Order: sequence, then C-alpha cells, then structure tokens
Amino acid sequence: MRLAIQLAYRNLIGAGLRTWLNVIVLSFSFVVIIWLKGIMAGWDHQAKNDMTRWEIGGGQYWHQAYDPFDPMTLEDSHAPIPSALSSEIANDEAEPILMVQGTIYPKGRMQSVIIRGIRPGQTLLDVPTQSLDTLTEVIPAVIGSVMARTSRLEKGDYAVLRWRDVNGTFDAAEVLIADIFASNVPSAEAGQIYIPLEKLRSMTSLQGQATLVTFRDPEPEREAIPGWTLKTKAELTKQIDELIKTKTTAQSIFYFILLLLAMLAIFDTQVLSIFRRQKEIGTYIALGYTRQQVVGLFTVEGTMHAALAAVMATAYGLPFLLWQAKVGWTMPMDTSQFGMAIAQTLFPVYTVGLVVTTVLIITLTTAIVSYWPSRKIAKMNPTEALRGKLQ
Amino acid sequence: MKIKTIYLLAWLLTLPFANLKAQDANAILDRVDKNMSSDNRIMESSMTIHGKRSSRTVTSKSWGVGTTKAFTEYLSPASEKGTKMLKLEGQLWIYSPSTDRIIQISGHMLRQSVMGSDLSYEDMMDDRKLTDVYDARMIGEEKVGDRKTVILELKAKVSDVAYHSQKLWVDAERYVPLKQDMFARSGQLLKRTEMSDVRQVNGRWFPFTAMYRDMLKQGGGTEFKITDIRFDQQIPDYLFTKASLKK
Repeated sequence: MRLAIQLAYRNLIGAGLRTWLNVIVLSFSFVVIIWLKGIMAGWDHQAKNDMTRWEIGGGQYWHQAYDPFDPMTLEDSHAPIPSALSSEIANDEAEPILMVQGTIYPKGRMQSVIIRGIRPGQTLLDVPTQSLDTLTEVIPAVIGSVMARTSRLEKGDYAVLRWRDVNGTFDAAEVLIADIFASNVPSAEAGQIYIPLEKLRSMTSLQGQATLVTFRDPEPEREAIPGWTLKTKAELTKQIDELIKTKTTAQSIFYFILLLLAMLAIFDTQVLSIFRRQKEIGTYIALGYTRQQVVGLFTVEGTMHAALAAVMATAYGLPFLLWQAKVGWTMPMDTSQFGMAIAQTLFPVYTVGLVVTTVLIITLTTAIVSYWPSRKIAKMNPTEALRGKLQ
Repeated sequence: MKIKTIYLLAWLLTLPFANLKAQDANAILDRVDKNMSSDNRIMESSMTIHGKRSSRTVTSKSWGVGTTKAFTEYLSPASEKGTKMLKLEGQLWIYSPSTDRIIQISGHMLRQSVMGSDLSYEDMMDDRKLTDVYDARMIGEEKVGDRKTVILELKAKVSDVAYHSQKLWVDAERYVPLKQDMFARSGQLLKRTEMSDVRQVNGRWFPFTAMYRDMLKQGGGTEFKITDIRFDQQIPDYLFTKASLKK
C-alpha cells in the first residue's frame, strides 16, 4: 500500500499541470462547501440565539385563544395570570406580556400596531424596557428598528396612540419614543410597540391579565396549565429549522454541481491515464501485480487528488474561513424584509463534524469516481497492454 | 362659616336651573334624533374620499329600515360597481361581484376603512339613536356659518360605545347637527363631522352633505353627499336577506 501511495504521488506530480488543475478545482469545492455549510450553521445559531434573547426566552405559555398569525384573536387573548406562574414571575424567572391591538399616528400617518405591555424592570429579554421608566407626562414607549423605519419615528419623537378598552370604547394618548432597539427578530419589532405593563392594563381595564408568559429556563418538563398552551423553545424555533432545512436542500444542488465539475475532471483524467498508460499497466502485471492491485494503484492515484486538494484548501482556505468567521458575511439585500430572524451579517460557524464530514464525502466521491474507469484494467489482456495496443 | 353658607345657598339656587338645562339638552337631542332617524329611507349618495395625492368618488344607493336593517348597492366607479352590503341586527355581509362571494365582516374587520374612506364599517354599523347612548348637557352657544347653534356635550351612558364623549353643535331652529366632534376617553379629539346643505324633506330637516375627518390622520377627509333621499317608503322585506346580495 505504501508503495502504491508513493507510486501514485510520483505519477501525480509527474502529470504536472493536469494534476494541479484538478486539485485546484477540488480544493475550491472543499472551501466553498465548508464555508456555505458554516454560514447555514451560523444562521441557525444566530437566529435561535436572537429569538431567545429578544422574544421567546426559554419558551412561552400562550393564552389558548392567542394565534400570532391571526390578529383577530388578540381581542379575546387575555386572562388573569395563572397562579402556577406567580412565583416565577415574582422571581423574574418568567415575564407576563399583555398584547392589545392599536393604531399609531406618527406625524399624521396611520399604522396598525400591536401594543405589548411589559414590566420595565424585567431582565429576561434584551428589549431595553428600563427606558419605560422614563418620567414623562405621556406614555413612554420602546420600538424596534424595523418599526422605527416603517413609521419614520426616532428616539424622542411623540406620536398619538389609539386603542380600545375592554368594552370597545376608543381611547387615545400621546406616547414618547424613549428608546429604539435592533434585534434581528422581525416578529419582536415589526408593528410592535412596548409600553409599561401596568399602564396598558389600566388603559384597557385588564388588570392582572396577560396574553402570554415567557419563561427563562427551557426546562424539558413543564406542567400543563388549563386555559394556556405551552410552547417549548423547540416549537417556537421550528420555523427556523424548517427554513434552514429548505435552504440546505437547495444548497445541496449547488454542492452537487460543484462536485460534479470536479469529479468530471478527475474522471476524464483517469480515463486518459488508463488510455495512455497501457504499456505501464502491462508492465505492472508482467512484474507480478495482480489486476486488482493495478486497479487499486490507479484508484489511489485518483483519490490522492482529494488529499492534495485538502492540503491546498487548508493553505488558502483556512485563512479565508477564519477571516470570514471574524468579519462575517454581510448580505447585499435588506434582511429585515425577510420576516425571519436573520441578521444582516451572518457569521459562519465551523464545527469539527462539519469539516470532517465534508472532507470524507469529497474523498469518498473522488475514490468512487477514480475507481469507476479503473475497472477497465481488470478486463485488459496484459500481452496486448504491453504491446501498447488499444483495447 | 358665613361664606360657606352663602356658597351652599348659591349652589342650591342654581341646582334647579342646572337640571333644567340638562332636561333641555336631552330634549334637543331627542329632536335631533327625530330629524336624523326615520322608520325607513331610500337614499342615493356619493362619497368622495380625499387622499393625500388624489380624490375618488364612490356612488351608492341604500335602503334602510329603522336602525337595524340596511342594504347598500355601489353604483360607481366600475371597480366597485355591483358591490353590495347588508346590515342585519348587528351583522354585516358584503358581496363582491368580482369574486361572486358573500363574506361576513366581523371582529377586527369591522374596524377597517370602508372603501378607503375615513369611515370604518363599525362607524356605519353603529347608528343607534343618540338619546339611547348619551346623556346630554348644554355647554354654550355658537355660530356655525350663519346659523345659530347650541353646543351639547354628550357623555356615554352605556359601556359598549365607540366614543366616550361627543360635542354636538345643533342648529337652534332646525335641530340638525351642524358639527360633531368625537372624543376618546382621555379627551383626545378623534373624529370630526361637519354637516351642511340642510334641506327640508317630508317635514323634517336633514343635512345633505357631511364631511368626515379622522383628526389624527393627514388627508382631506371624506365628503358624503346625498343626491336623493326619500322617507317613509315601501321597502320590500326580501331586500334584507342574504339572497338579495347575489341578485
């Protein structure tokens, strides 16, 4: 085997530019595939992390009527906070949020919003609710950057907020935009306005009530509470998993095309080698090599392209991948319009498993593609081969 | 002690007048209701929605019985022609000829604007008599245009009302509102309606033009003009059925 590797190496180096062209194409596949897979892993990590920090915590209890995709349900989606969660809320381990529909009039324009009542002193979410303690005659409010952009509101601006109380009677008051945050989580920002929980409760005559309760620790076992639906973190991030799965499938087609190009080059090289090196094949057999050993020699020679490509990919790809992990990849389009938790700049995450799997898959594919044309050697007549006659 | 007694006497003396004023205000409101509501009516109207950049006009014909039944058919523009609305006992259905389907407008959809105007479906639905919903108090007199008006302050006496309070400028002779301000519970002015072109029809005074404005929003408001109105007509019952929407 050692001899086979030595022979294969000499042959490859001897082939000169042909070998290096194959190796360059294959090394490019290595780097691109690892980078793209790293981007997807980074997105998955970032999206779930951002959702946890800004919106879902370790999971949520939803009022049974609440459906985030149906604003009509909001009217009936509130109930007194269940006593089972009272101690967690008191210890800041859970956060009640009341949601009510409203309309904001920034500079005379009209925009539908969901008013979220949240405790100013909460520490569970990264929303800067401490700004809701701003002392002002009007209602202090916090909005996300997406909402700020669509409503053209800035920090320090005033706008009229209109809502209805529990009986359906209109009420309106001025709000002061006390702070604006950027979270990468559109559902926490778009069309959402955060005001102090107790203020919203008094505005709507819904004292002691909430629409959902977010808890900090994603404990696997949580008790069922009548009238409330438990939404685990896995359920709440399911959309991200599904999207990444879809994207990964789409990317696989790109990997396949990339690998196909590299493998075509290796396949052609192997076919050409066998065609041009018939005398050499005959000599090996004449010297006592079995046909299978010759097939093995050519297969190792082809597979060695992958090994050389891995070395080359490490040489130029490693600095590139490390640089990318540091500065990230900024997407050319505005990601806030995607409706998904996605940052403008994605930082790839490379795991050992990702790198090893990619190297193994490419090497194995190269070995198969190298072996495929080499099988012809097994059918060769060694005498004819020695004479260099075409078979 | 002496001063307190004087204040008490003064208050006791003004009390009957205050009650009298409240009674007068409610009587005025009753007369307004008598002018504005009818057993039945057939009306043709145009609604011009003045947007920030352009205006558009929608014409319609409507039939109404009391405050619970109404049927409206849109006549123009071509995009709205054939659209029909039926209101029956607090429920609202819309038929769209383009989809040939009837949908019920309920819940949150009731708060949406009617054809992009400053009026919501809910505004159109809530046509209870003012005396059923509000207590009135006279707070002054003022001239609106060249007409002398009394100003009534209306406070909701029921809980399920959209506007907690209103201010109504009522023509002192004809008992027709010429201006109406609608307020949120906090006192914020939300909507204003200005009525004009008051004409006498079948012995009652009725404003033929109304300008609705959402006071929190930019825009020129929505102008509602009645081109023809007839009271106390024979309206067949079948008109107020869902089947008539598709006819």
